[in-house]
Amino acid sequence: MSNVSQAAKQSSPAVRSEGFDVAKLLLEGRAFFALIAIIVVFSILSPYYLSVANFLTMASHVAIFGILAVGMLLVILNGGIDLSVGSTLGLAGVVAGFLMQGVALSWFGVVLYPPVWVVAVLACMLGAVVGLINGVLIARFKVPAFVATLGVMYMARGLALLMTSGLTYNNLGGRPELGNTGFDALGFNRLFGVPTGVVVLAVIAFIGSIVLNRSAFGRWLYASGGNERAAELSGVPVKTVQVSVYVLSGICAAIAGLILSSQLTSAGPTAGTTYELTAIAAVVIGGAALTGGRGNIRGTLLGAFVIGFLSDGLVIIGISSYWQTVFTGAVIVLAVLLNAVQYRRRSKLASSTNGQSTSQKRGKAEAANPAHGKTAG
Amino acid sequence: MNPASGNGLATGDAVLSARNIAMSYGGVHALKGVNFDIRRGKVTTLFGENGAGKSTLMKILSGVVTPTSGEIVLDGNIVSFSSSSDARDRGISIIHQELSLAPNLSVRDNIFMGRELRTATGLDFAEEARQARALMAELEEDIDPMTPVEDLRLGQQQIVEIARALSVDSRILIMDEPTSALSATEVEVLFRVIRDLTSRGVSIVYISHHLEEALQITDYAVVLRDGAITATAEARDIDLEWIVRNMVGENFDLGSPPTGHEFGEVALSIEDVSVVDASGSGYSVVDHLSLDVRAGEIVCIYGLMGAGRTELLEAVAGRVPMAGGRALLEGEDLSGLSIAQRIGRGLVLVPEDRQRDGLVQTMTVGRNLSLASIEAFAKGLFLSRSRERELIDSSIRKVTIKTAGGNAMIGSLSGGNQQKVVIGKMLTTNPKVILLDEPSRGIDVGAKAEVFRLLSERAAQGLAVVFSTSEVNECLSIAHRIVVMRRGRISAQFGADATKEQIMAASGEAVIA
Repeated sequence: MSNVSQAAKQSSPAVRSEGFDVAKLLLEGRAFFALIAIIVVFSILSPYYLSVANFLTMASHVAIFGILAVGMLLVILNGGIDLSVGSTLGLAGVVAGFLMQGVALSWFGVVLYPPVWVVAVLACMLGAVVGLINGVLIARFKVPAFVATLGVMYMARGLALLMTSGLTYNNLGGRPELGNTGFDALGFNRLFGVPTGVVVLAVIAFIGSIVLNRSAFGRWLYASGGNERAAELSGVPVKTVQVSVYVLSGICAAIAGLILSSQLTSAGPTAGTTYELTAIAAVVIGGAALTGGRGNIRGTLLGAFVIGFLSDGLVIIGISSYWQTVFTGAVIVLAVLLNAVQYRRRSKLASSTNGQSTSQKRGKAEAANPAHGKTAG
Repeated sequence: MNPASGNGLATGDAVLSARNIAMSYGGVHALKGVNFDIRRGKVTTLFGENGAGKSTLMKILSGVVTPTSGEIVLDGNIVSFSSSSDARDRGISIIHQELSLAPNLSVRDNIFMGRELRTATGLDFAEEARQARALMAELEEDIDPMTPVEDLRLGQQQIVEIARALSVDSRILIMDEPTSALSATEVEVLFRVIRDLTSRGVSIVYISHHLEEALQITDYAVVLRDGAITATAEARDIDLEWIVRNMVGENFDLGSPPTGHEFGEVALSIEDVSVVDASGSGYSVVDHLSLDVRAGEIVCIYGLMGAGRTELLEAVAGRVPMAGGRALLEGEDLSGLSIAQRIGRGLVLVPEDRQRDGLVQTMTVGRNLSLASIEAFAKGLFLSRSRERELIDSSIRKVTIKTAGGNAMIGSLSGGNQQKVVIGKMLTTNPKVILLDEPSRGIDVGAKAEVFRLLSERAAQGLAVVFSTSEVNECLSIAHRIVVMRRGRISAQFGADATKEQIMAASGEAVIA
């Protein structure tokens, strides 16, 4: 009763202001306008903020969150959540650091020094395996995504700590005579002046965008996130899609781990702690719905830039890190509030074009969707 | 029209009246100056197609929404309801079309949700349970009040919804499609309860797509079309044809079986299929059933709720596992194939509940339509947008969906058009066999006729059509053959010349006069 009547009530009053279009524009482009506002405000507050050098520095910070967020977006579009990406990032970095030290094969009495590209590929494969574990737990064994990825989060973090006994690999440079140099390229090299990490983010975002908009997989993902049962009855391989998004999210986390440890020139087992939450925040600020089926790459990137530019700006103007945390939290709350406003508005528009009797159905559909979509996912 | 005279019938005993009620959503006028009276101790039925404004009017009268203009008069005083609970406190309650129960809670807790009985120290569970049991007894349902609602059949859930409205002791009870999931026996019980309520002075507003059924129970008939009242009469003066004529503005016929084409080979062969109840009770909802359907043939499966129609169709489509038997598509055994593989081979299912199983609410009309045939416009790894648009446009045309275009959100369509999207989606895959589970559920007469016309056209082109229904009228429309299911088995088969009485008797349904 309450569900239906509330949803119907919210959509009922004839709220139609004259400034409708401006409000709508501000609402739809909110992440973009927020980013502009952040840049303007900090540029006024600090003379150092508005410079190419600073922007590139900030962008290379954003790259880490951005890459995680793209993977997270895929998971959230599916109606799931991946809490393990921060730990996967840390584990991938540690494994890369371990491989850079050389792998001693005691039976053969040799020490293997894999080249950097092999290290990178192995780290990504590790990320994929972690994602696969998540995906199989969720799709095959029906473990709720929150719990499955929470467990995997602890396991991955624990393994990273075990591998290093809590210590950090500080020497990632490799040695020219062993042919395994070049790990620092990911963090420090620049392509036409742009940090490698940012280039990687751009490439991942581009591929992600193509996949979401132009491939069958993307369509399947939106459909199964919007209504898993309907998608399945339409012949969408919903289980495969579900496993795939976690695998892709794991790979994104591993790539972010490689870039971060390269930027820091060290691989520590606690790297990336709570980064999963930042990634989720970026996706949400970008307008995606946690119930699945709604969201896009552009919004998610904007979300990552909003968080990154905001927190770096607060550092530059010298605000204490405690306040930074408060501000970031406030931005997230605001973003979720606006998402709620937008989706309510959308359902109101839908019901108004139909004239009547839909608002009740929509109310039900919206109330029912999370329940139905989530019990399986 | 004089607003005070209500529906146009001279009467002084209107307990609740709508006067000149108008309701606009954006630029769309859902109601245009409606006058509507609810009479004390009588049943007033509101007839109208989907989108005519019935539900909006009921939501206004029950305080769920506030009208754009107009007055509500309760016992001679102009009132405005601040919320649905405000209206409930004044004795008006509504049974919504879509169930609004918490599936995880028990029957008792659902009935008393939001107005729990209190004692000094907490809740009076014993009294709640006693009252819940009494309500179930009144409705002649053998349901334990402690059963979680999710364990009940859909029809029983509807009974709980009705019990909840009855438990409030309302003076005015609005029932929006209360019988859509009830069996004939349950409907009879409900009607007995309604008569009992009216004899105690309770006023009932009744809305139903089952016109015949509504005509049996109602005292007054009011017809709403496009947001305005087109006709009002006392039930004893009118008949079914009068209602349909006023609802749609013309005579309506659901069609007749397409002729002039030969049936082809056997397209779908169901051999000795059994399906076990999903709740794990071990009870067979489909019991060693066999059925052959030939290309170009339209078969209607008639049966009451719980006869096993849905389970049979879902098992054939691969949605639920078979406990025994197999299904063959043009001689090929489908056992072990996924839903996707069955669609690829030409067997599709249009599910019963289009909101839950048919549509993706977050996607556009076009993307819903193309969802099942993505391969048709995939070029290598990528999707061809132009080919997709062609596919969508042709599908919108063929299925005659009334929409602003493929980019409209699915929620902007009326129920009938949403159903056409679900059917269109499956037809776009060019199937050999289409299974439709209650394709007419919750859609108006006009849309129903269009859906049936579409199916008979495709049958004439060689499509094998199997549809299920619980409305006997629909069996006697386009079906070449009528299969009656009862307790998981086929109890009888008829040709198109069967009578309603024969069909209803075979289904185990008490024949309603």
